[in-house]
Amino acid sequence: MNESPDIKQAIESLLFVAEDPLSKEQLLNLLRDSELDVDSGDLAQRVTAALAALQGDCRDRAYELIEVGSGYRFQVRGEHNKWIAKLLLHKPRRYSRALLETLALIAYRQPITRGEIEQVRGVAVSSHTMRTLMDRGWVRELGVKDLPGRPMMYGTTPAFLDYFSLRSLEELPPLRDIAESGSAAVGDESATDQD
Amino acid sequence: MIPGAVDKEVEERIDRTYELPDDLYIPPDALIVILEAFEGPLDLLLYLIKRKNLDILDIPVAEVTDQYMAYIDLMTSLRVELAGDYLVMAATLAELKSRMLLPRPSDSEEEEDPRAELVRRLLEYEVFQHAAEQIDELPRLERDVFPAALLRPDHLIQADPPGVELRELLAAFSEVLERVRLRKPHAVETESLSVRERMTQLLDRLADTGGYVAFFDLFSPAEKRQGAVVTLLALLELLRDGLVNVVQHGFHQPIYVTHAASRA
Repeated sequence: MNESPDIKQAIESLLFVAEDPLSKEQLLNLLRDSELDVDSGDLAQRVTAALAALQGDCRDRAYELIEVGSGYRFQVRGEHNKWIAKLLLHKPRRYSRALLETLALIAYRQPITRGEIEQVRGVAVSSHTMRTLMDRGWVRELGVKDLPGRPMMYGTTPAFLDYFSLRSLEELPPLRDIAESGSAAVGDESATDQD
Repeated sequence: MIPGAVDKEVEERIDRTYELPDDLYIPPDALIVILEAFEGPLDLLLYLIKRKNLDILDIPVAEVTDQYMAYIDLMTSLRVELAGDYLVMAATLAELKSRMLLPRPSDSEEEEDPRAELVRRLLEYEVFQHAAEQIDELPRLERDVFPAALLRPDHLIQADPPGVELRELLAAFSEVLERVRLRKPHAVETESLSVRERMTQLLDRLADTGGYVAFFDLFSPAEKRQGAVVTLLALLELLRDGLVNVVQHGFHQPIYVTHAASRA
């Protein structure tokens, strides 16, 4: 596919200007009715090829083309983060353990109700935590569970995947085996020292 | 367990978390912070078990319960308002402790260990505690990942609103005149209205609003027919000079006027 510099540059410009990642489907829709004279089946192939070519082009650039949950985005290579930290000055926000544990339960156990989260954590889920997760757009309501009280079920969003650089939920770090977890707790002082 | 021992444990925890110097005095208020550092009774319990290097699968209930109670007592004496969850766990532990003291029947193979449910919960919670740490370590936006972007050309973003046919404008104006006619003049006061002046007034008004003003709102029935005509002429002048835009989103829809500059 060496005859598609126009498509490659069109995709490059779109990805650079879009605020959120663009999926292959979005790119196809944007490119379909342009002057690029190709039929749609062919176009899909060429978009795929152009994305691969763009990824290759980034080799000697400070940024790379990455696929995350909702599509492709350009991002600065991690090795330059120290410069960016100097530029931005502000400290990255830290998330509380309460929030991260709640998020972990929603991510691994979705669809999950608030009650089910509370059962595992042994403590009430604060509405502030839930609101933060929803406000950040990481968690959404999936509908009510057919139980007395009709509790709401929660799950993660594509924005959650984007934020944590995941392509899909399968890329979440595997859950530790319960048996393994038990043995790790025995005679392993270092396990508690890590926080 | 004596309260002094608890203090020492708490200091240890502070020490490890914040690496404070050994000789630093910890005011009692700081203990409140410590309790907040626990994410509930399971977290506190796990901490107690791990700190003593106890086997989570074979918890010495009596020992752990005593320590847990010591914490709870301490917090209560400091008038920390404990979440009910802590007290529920205290009751669970007390019950477990008493059941463990009872002699087990000889055919105990059939009977489940009374600690089994608690152990299961602790292990499950620990799995997600670990998962939360792992999520925290994932490369994330705003901290580890910075999307590369170019400034978008703003002028491309907004689609131009549809234009207005002149006759639509005139039809609307005749309605204005009709409204004026319905209003009976009650005072005679001649006022010379200049189109130029009205143009400036209109521009000022549109600039102040910054957005769309309904066509009819530009006219004041109090100014009577003459005023309405002057306003219309001023509007047409402004339109010709490209200083205002007139939009209508469809036939017989309301007409809106906007400052040309405000849409840039």
